[in-house]
Amino acid sequence: MEFGPHFLLATLEGALTAAVLALTAVGLSVVFGIMRVVNVAHGEFFMLGAVIAWFVSTLVGVHPAIGFALALVAAPVAVGALAIVADRLVLRRLNYDPERTIVATIGLLYCIQQLTLMTFGPDARPVVPPFNQRIALPWFEFGEQGLQVIWPWGFGITTYKLAVIAFAVIILVGLWQFLARSRFGLVMRATQLDREMAQAFGIPIDRVYGLVFGLGAGLAALGAVLIVPIRQAHYLMGHEPLLLSFIVVIIGGLGSIPGTIIAAVLIGLSDGIISVFFSPTLAKIIATLLVAFVLVFRPQGLFGLRSA
Amino acid sequence: MIRPSRDVSLHAGVLAALLLLFFVTSAYHNGNLARIMVLAVFAMGYNFLFGYTGLLSLGHALFFSAGMYGLGISMNHLDMTVLPAFGMGILASLAVTGAIGFLALRTSGVAFMIVTLMFAQAGYLTILLFGKYTRGDEGFVIQQAERTLFGIDLTDPTNRYFAAFALFAVSYLFIAWAVRTSFGRCLVAIRENEARARMLGYDTARHKYLALLASGVLSGASGAGYALLFGYAGATFASVQYSILPLLWVLLGGAGTTIGPLVGTAFAFYLVDVSSEFTSAYLLVVGATIVFLTLFFPQGLSGELRRRLAPWLP
Repeated sequence: MEFGPHFLLATLEGALTAAVLALTAVGLSVVFGIMRVVNVAHGEFFMLGAVIAWFVSTLVGVHPAIGFALALVAAPVAVGALAIVADRLVLRRLNYDPERTIVATIGLLYCIQQLTLMTFGPDARPVVPPFNQRIALPWFEFGEQGLQVIWPWGFGITTYKLAVIAFAVIILVGLWQFLARSRFGLVMRATQLDREMAQAFGIPIDRVYGLVFGLGAGLAALGAVLIVPIRQAHYLMGHEPLLLSFIVVIIGGLGSIPGTIIAAVLIGLSDGIISVFFSPTLAKIIATLLVAFVLVFRPQGLFGLRSA
Repeated sequence: MIRPSRDVSLHAGVLAALLLLFFVTSAYHNGNLARIMVLAVFAMGYNFLFGYTGLLSLGHALFFSAGMYGLGISMNHLDMTVLPAFGMGILASLAVTGAIGFLALRTSGVAFMIVTLMFAQAGYLTILLFGKYTRGDEGFVIQQAERTLFGIDLTDPTNRYFAAFALFAVSYLFIAWAVRTSFGRCLVAIRENEARARMLGYDTARHKYLALLASGVLSGASGAGYALLFGYAGATFASVQYSILPLLWVLLGGAGTTIGPLVGTAFAFYLVDVSSEFTSAYLLVVGATIVFLTLFFPQGLSGELRRRLAPWLP
């Protein structure tokens, strides 16, 4: 393959990474922005989403599409509910103290990981995608006969990958509308701006925090369900999304959801593109140093208004 | 306020207890204690920055591994003896901390966390990239024959214990002394309210930089000591996990106390050790205990001790 098709392919793969990353990172961003809680267990909620998707789709052995559709609903709801319980039992009692919640969520991380290892086992397990047709992509080239269409070998993408990207976009637009237009979105934003003032106006802060934590975890689980037919479910898979989501949230600017989404697209795409053309380790070194330098010279993130 | 005599007797008591433990515990626990003492130096370095200065770093694994590889590479590739190699470890961590501190201290709060995390991650990947010399995740062994200091074989369990004790004692006394100087007091003032400390005329930027340097060098000394005494250097020690561990130890033991890091490290070490004896699901026990401790001992073990029994605890 030549440079052009290669580049387009890398961009598409990068867009896939960006789509899932955006969902996971927005989940972390709402928790971080509204509750000021650094949720170290966020990656484990992601992992749980993938594992529950495997359980659901294996138990419902009718047709892959039905099992997957069920998982798409069941996994985020179940993980969200678990997060709400965790919030009520642990985080609320810590009064959302920044340092203590870090340690408590490290503890949660260990618990969730070990429980998954005991029930799900150490193997990576695949989930069958609901549909998976391969689409060959055309490429245009100036040849001897002028502009012509060619079909480079190995140049294509599956329908499922395209559907993931589309689905993530729909969910994110929906979430944005929800936060901007709905009453609950208004309440959330009010809580983010001034917790005490919101409480003074009769907003049940505790319930808002619980729901926000559940929403954040549910979004991570949703991202995981979408990616699990492409990358398998494994009990240690939460590590990388956690790190990447953190970077995205900070680069995007604390609590800025559009910033988070733009940063997810930037980082997802550059990850896809850089790792195609350079050695993956060198690519990651460059990427992490870039992130560090962005923050050194712009600590509020690319799109944040307040200082972090 | 603080009565120095109590402080001095506490510090002497801690060191004496550690010496005494060598004679009353079994060889197995001696090995564990040596490891705990070396790692407690790492935790103390972390505590100096986090507990006293109030800067939460997520990149201390890099300073630890800088010391570790500084010593390991000097011994394995440059054929240095123990003492200069240890010096190289300290120098390496000093250089790395100096460079990163220069950049990272422009930020604060969450941005500081992520910047240090990113630099540490870049460092970890660099170690993997130069796998030819560092042997990456697999790591390398430092030959037993080379690990001697002044003719003392450091691989012998008894010598190893006392070498670990010496490293611990020097670092412990340094911290105990440093936090009582006006410099240390100023760090606490920065932790409590940086703007006010600056208004009072303290050069807070310089104080924070020096605190970070001391913290990094202690972490590096711990890394070099670990490589020297246990004969192994590997990229795992540079991974995110080893940046989170000192934070965990310090918070469990009690941030901003001199004995907190030792208590936390020992507690975490034996928690894993004991629970893995009777169950393979030891991480579950560890996780549940951590959640339990944060719920009921908000200031860590020695922080709680200070609150309830001994308000004078340094």
